[in-house]
Amino acid sequence: MKISIDAVDFEARDGQTVLDIARENGIYIPSLCWHVRTGKASRCRACVAEIKGMRGLKESCAVEVTDGMVVRTDTPEVLAARKMVVELLLSNGEHNCISCEADGDCELQEMAYRLGIEKPSYILADDESEEGRREVDESSEGIIRNDKLCILCGRCVTACNSNVMHQVLGVGYRGKDSVIICDNDKPMAESSCVQCGECVQVCPVGALSFKTAKGKGKSWQVEKKTVVCPYCGVGCTIDLGVRDNKVLYALGTEDRYEKQVNRAMLCVKGRFGLDYVNSPERLTAPMIRRNGKLVETSWDEALDFAADKMREIKTKHGPGALGCFSSAKCSNEENYAMMRLARGVIGTNNIDHCARLCHSSTVAGLATTLGSGAMTNSMQEAELSDVILITGSNTTWSHPVFGGMIKKAVLEKGVKLVVIDPRETDLAKVADIHIRQRNGSDVAWLMGMQRIICREGWADMDYVRQRCEGWDEYEKSLEFYTPETVEELSGISPEALFAAAKLFATGGRGAIYFSMGITQHTHGVDNVKACANLSMLTGNLGFEGGGVNPLRGQSNVQGACDMGALPNVFSGYQAVTAEAAREKFAAGWGIDPANMDTEIGQTVTTMIQKCGDEIRGIYVMGENPMVSDPNLNHAEKQLGKLDLLIVQDIFMTETAEMADVVFPSCSFAEKVGTYTNSERRVQLGEAAITPPAGTKHDYEIVAELARRLGCENFPNTNDALFAELKELTPSYHGMTYERLQQECGLRWPCPDEQHPGTPILHVDKFVRGKGLLSALEYRPPAECPDDEYPMWMSTGRMLEHFHTGSMSRRSEVLDALVPEGQVELHPLDAESLGVANGEKVRVTTRRGSIETQANVTSRVAIGSIFIPFHFAEAAANRLTNDALDPIAKIPEFKVCAAKVEKIV
Amino acid sequence: MTDTCKKIGSVKQLEAVRTAAVEAAGSSAAETEKILICMGGGCIASGSECVKNALLESLDKHKLGDKVSVVETGCLGPCVRGPVVMVGADRAFYQNLKPDDAEKIVEQHVIGGKIVEELTWTDDSDNSASSPKIPVPLQDDIEFFKRQTKIVLRNCGLIDPGSITEYIARDGYRALGKVLDGMTSDDVLSEMNKSGLKGRGGGGFPTGRKWEFAIKSPDPVKYILCNADEGDPGAFMDRSVLEGDPHSVIEGMAIGGFTIGSSQGYVYVRAEYPLAVERLQKAIQDARAAGLLGENILGTGFSFDLEIRMGSGAFVCGEETALIASIEGERGEPRSRPPFPAVKGLWEKPTLLNNVETYANVPAILLNGGDWFASFGTENSKGTKVFALAGAINISGLVEVPVGTTFREIIYDIGGGILGGKKFKAAQIGGPSGGCIPEQYLDTPIDYESLNALGAIMGSGGLVVMDEDTCMVDVARFFLEFMQEESCGKCVPCRLGITRMLDIINGITQGHGQPGDIEELQQIGEGIQAAALCGLGQTAPNPVLSTIRHFRDEYEAHINDKHCPAHVCKDLVSYSIDAEKCTGCTLCAKKCPTDAITGVVKGPHAIVLDKCIACGMCLEVCRFDAVSVK
Repeated sequence: MKISIDAVDFEARDGQTVLDIARENGIYIPSLCWHVRTGKASRCRACVAEIKGMRGLKESCAVEVTDGMVVRTDTPEVLAARKMVVELLLSNGEHNCISCEADGDCELQEMAYRLGIEKPSYILADDESEEGRREVDESSEGIIRNDKLCILCGRCVTACNSNVMHQVLGVGYRGKDSVIICDNDKPMAESSCVQCGECVQVCPVGALSFKTAKGKGKSWQVEKKTVVCPYCGVGCTIDLGVRDNKVLYALGTEDRYEKQVNRAMLCVKGRFGLDYVNSPERLTAPMIRRNGKLVETSWDEALDFAADKMREIKTKHGPGALGCFSSAKCSNEENYAMMRLARGVIGTNNIDHCARLCHSSTVAGLATTLGSGAMTNSMQEAELSDVILITGSNTTWSHPVFGGMIKKAVLEKGVKLVVIDPRETDLAKVADIHIRQRNGSDVAWLMGMQRIICREGWADMDYVRQRCEGWDEYEKSLEFYTPETVEELSGISPEALFAAAKLFATGGRGAIYFSMGITQHTHGVDNVKACANLSMLTGNLGFEGGGVNPLRGQSNVQGACDMGALPNVFSGYQAVTAEAAREKFAAGWGIDPANMDTEIGQTVTTMIQKCGDEIRGIYVMGENPMVSDPNLNHAEKQLGKLDLLIVQDIFMTETAEMADVVFPSCSFAEKVGTYTNSERRVQLGEAAITPPAGTKHDYEIVAELARRLGCENFPNTNDALFAELKELTPSYHGMTYERLQQECGLRWPCPDEQHPGTPILHVDKFVRGKGLLSALEYRPPAECPDDEYPMWMSTGRMLEHFHTGSMSRRSEVLDALVPEGQVELHPLDAESLGVANGEKVRVTTRRGSIETQANVTSRVAIGSIFIPFHFAEAAANRLTNDALDPIAKIPEFKVCAAKVEKIV
Repeated sequence: MTDTCKKIGSVKQLEAVRTAAVEAAGSSAAETEKILICMGGGCIASGSECVKNALLESLDKHKLGDKVSVVETGCLGPCVRGPVVMVGADRAFYQNLKPDDAEKIVEQHVIGGKIVEELTWTDDSDNSASSPKIPVPLQDDIEFFKRQTKIVLRNCGLIDPGSITEYIARDGYRALGKVLDGMTSDDVLSEMNKSGLKGRGGGGFPTGRKWEFAIKSPDPVKYILCNADEGDPGAFMDRSVLEGDPHSVIEGMAIGGFTIGSSQGYVYVRAEYPLAVERLQKAIQDARAAGLLGENILGTGFSFDLEIRMGSGAFVCGEETALIASIEGERGEPRSRPPFPAVKGLWEKPTLLNNVETYANVPAILLNGGDWFASFGTENSKGTKVFALAGAINISGLVEVPVGTTFREIIYDIGGGILGGKKFKAAQIGGPSGGCIPEQYLDTPIDYESLNALGAIMGSGGLVVMDEDTCMVDVARFFLEFMQEESCGKCVPCRLGITRMLDIINGITQGHGQPGDIEELQQIGEGIQAAALCGLGQTAPNPVLSTIRHFRDEYEAHINDKHCPAHVCKDLVSYSIDAEKCTGCTLCAKKCPTDAITGVVKGPHAIVLDKCIACGMCLEVCRFDAVSVK
């Protein structure tokens, strides 16, 4: 269709607005309330235009075009209305561009400038009412709210309620007294605001600004660099605002926002948690332990020392006495380098990383049943599902931006949600069905649901017959899981189980999302297999809105696995036990395959267990096992037995403090590199700042060691590493840095440069051919409560912190929001222990004891406690059980028995 | 009376129920034995409950409890004369009753058969305080009633609003029966179009065309809404209909539901109308019990039900899109149109929204035909309109007249002229966003077109009469202040533009007016009219713009001479005492609330201007014409 704007004809499509057409064709129509991510609001009236046949002036952001529509944006009436709007806005409040953070980036300023308004011709009389006398709200840690700069465009309200779904902001009061309020008009810090900062990002003026950037740079002085968030596995793209080599603020990438995984949204960590890169605590010189103390030294000396020691151990005890801990925080290039160092230079398969502790059971379970250990579908598909089952994932805390997408799917798109979780998570509160199962009973309820689905005839038997195998044995194994048995094992009533089974099996396109509540068990692999069973039985794999989707916990944990930082595979999951694979890599590296390790290597957990015995030296890159590993008292003792501990990190972590050599490395913000998010999307991050003097990139350090260990052709640039890794990794083969940038990342497999990437796995057939239905036998957790340790204990992540806290606890805002550890305790348990909220308690298990603060909340079930594991001084992992899953060797972080005492 | 009606299974059965009800009314309770007492909100406020109890007591005392019934009706109209009562077949009209009067009426009139003339209606239109008031005992002789035409208020004051059978007896639900008994949606629409009815809520959009849009919106789910969020100050047309004849609205909505294909309706009533809500709620329940709402109405297969939704006191929720937002549970803020509610309204479904008065017209139109309705009114504006008369008028209250009746007829012939014999200055019509009509237009017919031409609007029917003591700048300020209070704040022109206008007009009334103020008021006012989001904002400048248009000299006097010709604007008024005329009686000093008057007994008094608040008390009480005002 055609429409005419100011007597010029333009092409238009159904559903477009007048404003859309104007913007597409470079016609300036100012708009203060409309925003591409919050849509029309009809509030500011700045975009009004004359539309033939309509009475009065109409806002061009709201009027949908019709064929032959005649629009005028240049009549005296329109210009007068526009000018009136700007004058009115400027005449109300205190608009002072000199002190305003938005100066230069302010849409009101821009409009006034364009209209030639130097200052308003009048000032509205001061409002003497209660609502009129508002102070600047500086209560919160990251955001400043100044109502005197606010133009009430409502963008922040829509963004808070409908984008990130936090539902904090609203318009309060009426008429001239209208103000943006938090909850029922509380100061932001006292409200339910989680400081995601979305409101600041959409604010067209300076009413909302980042406290962290106040007075530190005007818009034109700040450079923007696009990076990938270093926290969870969602892989949000971030535009860092940088001035004088300092990170001032973070914005979700607005450029092509619809294609970005996070659609320009961020969580509190991505928004405010990145200042650690500028921390004065950054390591800036290598260190060697001399006379029991770590002392600074030169790079050459440190590298020579480390290489000599490694060579010595290799000579004396063989390459298998050395082990490498790679890092889910480092780039693909760096993980690949570490993998090559271990296999191609040292000659050992003893390489692993912290995926062992989070999703090794997923990789094992899904690879066995489906053929690939990764998320089958993509995160933006959440709203295309009809029903979503979430279990063992506190999504809005652990993967906050994705949690918001689920919430939107449920609250705005009508997607049904089943949450099965011992804790009443935020998503449980909006779920259609929430069931609290007993910790560690997942195989029971998952298989029980499948038994019901089979019996009720809800199974997709055509799908099962065509695409799956293992039916007979599987079906037989279901017989054990009668509703009564399931109730006995899990505490779930037959009625609730039936309702959940029915909703998931008959509700249409069903997706399963899970995380560490499923994986971190001594039966973690079985749990994962049970999830895969459920998805296959209901025919939910291979299309949009379905799938079995493990949510990965770290920015590049998927990539570290892809790069072969695992004891059993090279990059691209090519088995080390396969001779052909060894030959391929040996050829690529120019070494003799006979020098390669042919056996599957040791895992993170088994290497720790074998310290001082089979394992004599460990090279840790960007990991902190002294906080992240289970049963820390034992781990500490084990690491102490090593002949050589090399730690490479940006901070003096708890593990680095035990090291013989410490290498200072660079942060994500300082390097170019690729990161693979949870949905297999490989994204390129830019270098935003220059590294602190004295540091080296992780890949440089690895290359230096490789050279000292005799490897002459070890690649020592990102480009060289990426070129080599894509050559040897079929699923990355079609990727280039240019493509990754242009296409907002690519999801593997991407076998050639024409391939668009693969958002959905297993479309027509499973990667392994037929999907394998697994017969599963129920096994209880390794340790259950008893008289001495009567409570179920579980651990996990908080919204404000991350992993071992090495990053998030060095962020000013995050540290201020949650400065210390805590234990979640149900109000009834707190009452019987005589503990009030915030009081100190001692939590003890068979392995250790910590003192921490009670957080009395009914989020946890009666008789259960939950301890976030980020806090070294009250480390949850001094308590956790290091019992392992027999296949994946993942520890049982999620269940052990504990007792809580009040500290008097 | 609180009777109900058993389920009526067919249109035929409805006819039988009606016949029986008419017969019953004719035989058992002859009109001589019926006392109608107004239980409209106005009469209740002036004590009709007590009068009713006194009447009942008196009847009991005379053992007439079984023979004479006291029927509580809806509003009879002349609220200023309340509590009012009508007795007997010839409808003797009693006014301003007190409980003590009940005994007289029962003894002399009910038992004695003689009208108690001293308590009946009086004609005060003569206006001179000294001349005796002439009693006009019978309703049929009273000018106030004689000159009205009642279609909307056809049952108000005549039936017990709590009795569904009384409604049925007066042809209630007959139109619905007729529609369901063989008429098609197109048939109904054709009658609606023929009638020429325009929306009575203020917009004046042709009702038939609105219905047509809703019919044409293809969706299996549609909604019918009734706007009963009557918020104009002094307006109570819709309240009176809901309190006095709730079934007429239900019937109108059910017919609308049938016509557009909707099975669910909501009545959005303001919470400040508890009596209306109570009576409507009962009417809905009774209609359901009688099978006139709910599943399979009158056995015809048509299903339609109603629920009440209460407003929370925001004037803007009378705007249709804000009303819809409010029902949806959102903040009551208007939305952009198009899409219009008839296309995408409540919960994004096609929605027909009319106000109470509009729906109350519908049964009459369907029963008597669109042509019949169109025989009332003018060329372009058909039917009747209900007005709430208020201000400086003798008989303030509720009247219904054919559209096109002139201001003069309503104010003088029906309303009895200006209070206290003062001079008419202006009529403010159309609610707070209406306009002021000066004296030279008193003979203008009140219809949509003529009012628009004068810069006013029909609005929902508020008509405030102002006399010579009124300052038109102050009037404009008053309404503007109301609009500023009630602006939802969503759009900039309304939120801040009205505030800016109010700033200017406050300055003018406080003596800070400057040359150019009038032009700026006009400029911003026109900008708001063009650019505001909703009808509230677009019409908010009307009181200012229309008073500038018709009373510009008053603005100029305020601005240029710092003078308020009507002596209303306190900052522009100064009082003084003429020492020669002052006798030193001290009355003014005693009455002065701020002790601003000094002087000794029998000595001349004087006003201390610093303390004076220009309340006018001294002027009012001085018996020697010694106080003057400038």
